Amino acid sequence: MQAINQRLNYLFSSTKGLILVAIAMIAIVTAVWGMLSGPMAEMGVREVVVKLLGMDMVQAEREGRIIILYHSIAMAVIAIEVYMITSLLMMKPFLKTAVRILITVGYIVTMIFGLSFAYFGHNWAFHGLYIFGLSLIFFAGVLLVTALWPWNKEYYQPDKTYARLKSGLDLERLAFFATAVTTVISALFGAIPGSYFGNSFEVFLAENIIRYPEKTTMEYSVIGHLHIMLALIAIMITLIIGRWLNFKGILHKIAMPLMILGTIVLNLGVWGVVTPLEPIAHMIIYVGATPSMLAALLLLIWSWGMLIRTGTAHLQKPTFSQKISALLRDPLKFGPTWQMLFMNFTTSGIGIFMAVKLDEIFRIWPAREERIELTGHWHVLSAIIATIILLYYGDMLGLKGKLRQFYGWGIILLSNLAFASVTVFEMKRLFISEAEQQPLVNMLMYLMDFGLAMLLLLLAVVMVWRLSDLFKKKGRWTEEMDHELSQEVLK
Amino acid sequence: MRCTLPTILLLAVFLASCAPVDLNAALPTFDTGVDPNTWVQIPAGEFYAGQHEKYETTAAYEIMITDVTTAQYANFLNEALAAGSVKVDGDQIVGYYPGDEFHAVKHEEQINAGDWIFIPLNDPSQRIQWDGTTFTVQGGYENHPMTMVSWFGAWGYCGYNGWRLPTELEWEKAGRGTDTRPFPWGDEMLRENANFYASRDPFEDMSSYGSRTTPVGFYNGQTYDGYTTLDSASPYGLYDMAGNVWQWTGNVYEGMHYRFLRGGSKDTYDMDLRLWVRNNATPTYASPGAGFRCAR
Repeated sequence: MQAINQRLNYLFSSTKGLILVAIAMIAIVTAVWGMLSGPMAEMGVREVVVKLLGMDMVQAEREGRIIILYHSIAMAVIAIEVYMITSLLMMKPFLKTAVRILITVGYIVTMIFGLSFAYFGHNWAFHGLYIFGLSLIFFAGVLLVTALWPWNKEYYQPDKTYARLKSGLDLERLAFFATAVTTVISALFGAIPGSYFGNSFEVFLAENIIRYPEKTTMEYSVIGHLHIMLALIAIMITLIIGRWLNFKGILHKIAMPLMILGTIVLNLGVWGVVTPLEPIAHMIIYVGATPSMLAALLLLIWSWGMLIRTGTAHLQKPTFSQKISALLRDPLKFGPTWQMLFMNFTTSGIGIFMAVKLDEIFRIWPAREERIELTGHWHVLSAIIATIILLYYGDMLGLKGKLRQFYGWGIILLSNLAFASVTVFEMKRLFISEAEQQPLVNMLMYLMDFGLAMLLLLLAVVMVWRLSDLFKKKGRWTEEMDHELSQEVLK
Repeated sequence: MRCTLPTILLLAVFLASCAPVDLNAALPTFDTGVDPNTWVQIPAGEFYAGQHEKYETTAAYEIMITDVTTAQYANFLNEALAAGSVKVDGDQIVGYYPGDEFHAVKHEEQINAGDWIFIPLNDPSQRIQWDGTTFTVQGGYENHPMTMVSWFGAWGYCGYNGWRLPTELEWEKAGRGTDTRPFPWGDEMLRENANFYASRDPFEDMSSYGSRTTPVGFYNGQTYDGYTTLDSASPYGLYDMAGNVWQWTGNVYEGMHYRFLRGGSKDTYDMDLRLWVRNNATPTYASPGAGFRCAR
């Protein structure tokens, strides 16, 4: 009994244990529910899974099911980010514990009861518990905002190499705070229309109404919500990676004000879609996105410089190839910012191109083609965030040597292969006709499926390893019991 | 050396994907026994419309039992050309459209009175051929739905014959009847119900040209060369109301130039075959996966 207690204690009270549980939950949901997707349906896998698990797939409820599915996954991702924040940043132990308890119970209840309600018949008690889980997460967010309060003098930054005000106010903490506050407010933009549409049993996917010239305030609210939440998750993981890598110096001093400004303006733009500012909301969003992306670019420049400097410190005059070799030496430290850069080709770049050429190109195509771009675009962004988390998690696991290289490069190369294929798939109408596309579509599907399947396999191997480790009396889990991520921030 | 094999494999897959597709590959010919000249009477009254099952009402109308076929469309073009209702303009057939009211709403484009494209002639997937004097149908496609036709071309066909395109509500009621079914034939969908993406029908080759149209009325319970279909008519007896080709509908909505299509196609998954699903495109759009039927 004590052995079980110890393991449960590790899984649900240590930072690394909590992150492991959340990753495992996401991996299971992704593996099972991924088998219901289009390509799996083609191969007949979906039918088998539906029958085997006794899923109840009413056609009219597809959109509702999907909404619950991605909320379930997103809540676990948010929980992981919260575990990282509460482990990286100083805060009162009581608040830290309270936030963690609330969000852990919240995302697990959301996931279990949400998916049970959506896919296994409609037990309305489960739906209530799903909403209860989401409410707990919201409350955890409010507490996190309190815990991050940057004007508490205990949290002032004494070191002048970091971004700070003259008073000592830590601008990085302020960036975390601004992101957390705006996340909590932006959650309401989903919760309010969610209640409205949910109570009258009408749901919709935003990509299906994108071309309608007149949308209701509630519909605008949902569209704004889904965009900003993903953007905020991306901003938060950028801040987290910056903290882990110990982002500092002049670029940090420029980046943090940009990040704060960008986050606030971006949110104002998105919130503006439900106000009379709607006609110029997009312009405000562009204005907000630019400093945020610039801040991420500064992190990239700084971190690559740092990797090169530390990797060539033993050399008097390193050559170009030695610098590149130093940059690529550790895929887990190089990977997160590389994925951020890669995101510009697969997500941001495509988004900007679409916005610029919308009427000229994309609105000439049928709505279903535009939907492919829209859904592909945010699936890739979500998956890139997930890979950044997995790369950081690889470092938390203490992977070393060839295993570290294999895991890190596996995630980078496999995901890049899959995401590049998705991007070409999204844009295929620019260079191939509907009638002639099938062989190209086949190849892209093979590459996507190969990349994603191998990535999941890699993750499965790690999960099995961690599961087997729990059976060992003095397994790695015992070492991780008291580790905090702040102890592992690069010096 | 370790990289050689994966590189060769990747290259082989890439080259295979660049191989040209034979859009004129031989196709089986089947007589479905369904006469595309047949019309179906839809009574006036209420029905459940949309995903959220709102009560809507239509007056009584008639609608074609199948999509307009390529043979029917070729006949129309020959007649309309002789009558001066359509003309050949370079590599396309155009006809007059009186234009839409313009409201200058964001993204709205002006549709002025004038000649607009009915069908392109130069697209390799166009099944109607023009020899300079007569329109004919590519062999084997006579009883397939007319595709590569714009909304103007669909509107023109129906209008020339004194008919019209069905409204979205009329289209949906004809497919759904008066209950809440998601598909014309009922609640569940099997591969033998309709022509959709990777449905493994005799006209499909996913390694090459992909999914192709099936003859109109193909999914009527008959067996064709060992391939048995399920009778997938709608409650009113219409065929191909899900899959095969998207179908243009007639509504022109205020503030947008887009026209709506219904029914899903040979190139879409089952989710798009649900009767309430809407697709839309500019009225000049023509696709090997889009056709139409008329109402009156």
